[in-house]
Amino acid sequence: MKRDQLIWTVLLVIGGAWLLYRCSTVGVGLVYAQEVDGKFTSVDKLEYTAGTAQIDWLRTLGVWTAAFFTLGIMSFLYKDNPFYKICESVVVGVSAAYWMVLGYWTVVVPNLLGRIWPAWIQSWAMPGISPLREGYWYMNVIPLVFGVMLLWRLAPKGAWIARWPLAFIIGTTAGLRLMGFMQADFLSQIRAGVGPILAINAESGIDFWDTVRNVVMLLSVLACLVYFFFSIEHKGAVGKVAKVGIWVLMITFGAAFGYTVMGRIALLAIRLEFLFNEWLALG
Amino acid sequence: MIDFLANLDRRWIFLLMLLSVAIPILTGVSFEEVPSKQAKDVFQEIENLKPGDKVLMAWDFGPETEGELGPMATAFCRQVCEKKAKLYFIAIVPLGPRMIDRTIENIIRADFPDLVYGEDYVNLGYKSGNEGVIKVIVTDLRGLYTTDARGTNIDQITMCKDVENLQQMDLIVSVSGSYPGTKEWVQYAVSPYPDKIKMVGGCTGVQAPLLYPYIPGQLKGLLGAIKGAAEYEKLVVDEYIGDSPHPKYLEGKRRMGPQLIAHLLMIGLIILGNVVFFCQRAREGQQA
Repeated sequence: MKRDQLIWTVLLVIGGAWLLYRCSTVGVGLVYAQEVDGKFTSVDKLEYTAGTAQIDWLRTLGVWTAAFFTLGIMSFLYKDNPFYKICESVVVGVSAAYWMVLGYWTVVVPNLLGRIWPAWIQSWAMPGISPLREGYWYMNVIPLVFGVMLLWRLAPKGAWIARWPLAFIIGTTAGLRLMGFMQADFLSQIRAGVGPILAINAESGIDFWDTVRNVVMLLSVLACLVYFFFSIEHKGAVGKVAKVGIWVLMITFGAAFGYTVMGRIALLAIRLEFLFNEWLALG
Repeated sequence: MIDFLANLDRRWIFLLMLLSVAIPILTGVSFEEVPSKQAKDVFQEIENLKPGDKVLMAWDFGPETEGELGPMATAFCRQVCEKKAKLYFIAIVPLGPRMIDRTIENIIRADFPDLVYGEDYVNLGYKSGNEGVIKVIVTDLRGLYTTDARGTNIDQITMCKDVENLQQMDLIVSVSGSYPGTKEWVQYAVSPYPDKIKMVGGCTGVQAPLLYPYIPGQLKGLLGAIKGAAEYEKLVVDEYIGDSPHPKYLEGKRRMGPQLIAHLLMIGLIILGNVVFFCQRAREGQQA
């Protein structure tokens, strides 16, 4: 037996034995539910012990499935393995299907079909919508035609037809994003970057720390701009300012890295909380 | 020793990180939070709301970032409900509706049972189109939202009758996990209408450095990652809940315990890695 196989076997045997022990003593991963007004709501084990709740086997299955997927995905940290591959494939497949179904019922039905044939959609899909067509309803035929053209790429012949709506999507998205960035990230940031050097507080006069912050921010922005200004060779005073720019960038990247670490640890924490509290009932 | 550390299998680091997060969770280690200016700004902006004000709750996150964003979403909802404002839930990411359902179930139905759906809060649900959705609803909400998430005609929902577009909202509260999220709300809602639309946000740690430049002009306040959530949570708990709050209002604080230990480990590993690097370089210099 190879070393890796031995490690896996030992880990699985120990984990399985411990799970069996927990199952027989406290009931691992069991979800208890109580019926209130015809609806089942999850309750804690005390209600079950008191005889007012029952085991919810469907939700219990859900907890075990979630635990399997959590451990399956985490097992990649040891090395690539079939459990990880199964979990990864299921996540990808489920996500794609979920997105498609959600897009169909939240956009295609109410916003496209519901505007072209409102009475028909109201009769079988969305009783809440008005059966009457709105003014300019025929404008919605354009996205319908574009949608059909986009799906044409699945046909054996005439795949080029899909390029026209695709060109429309790319063009409008580029224009939309350009305007968004110009306004919010370029013009507004120039204005935000050039604040008053002296921060005046209405009550106490000059606010020392705000003034320091404004000066540091302005100098940092200028130093970074000099670093990215390549028309002049980075020598002498320009080189020194550019070096300050590098330091500012490094501090920014460090802060971003710190925040990323914080985020990842929080995500690990919630999965471990799930495993410990909901699955293993350790909490 | 240096050679041993230089060739250490990275899986030992993974194991150390796992233990540094797991042990504080199992032992329940947590620390007191001191709210920062950012958290206070967000809290104050919501405090400025008056009863009946309209608040758009943009829940643009899913289960993959719920660990970071769930606690701040909970605290946001609690404070807005306490201010007796009207809540308009919306999502432009596919998994957002599940998060909205969870917030409504855990906070509004559990702690504010008197609030009525359609009069005090409404779930407008998800629309695909990313920033395109924001671009449309900022001038014409009904252009996209003909019904709420339940399929009810928007004209039949009391609190939606006088809402034509986002400019009528008194505040936007954005909780954002990735793209599209707070950045897109700033770009397509706040920036074109800086005098009409005000926004506060909460985001993941990855996004936070990209969003701080928007403060205070385009964003009135921002909660960065779980740290920001824990600070804001403390403000909300101190103001509205007091002693012995339900554990759901302490999730941020609880997750800061593992953060501290894991960050200390991370700092230690970075220092150790640098020591090994410089020792190796010095040894190579001597050999040359």
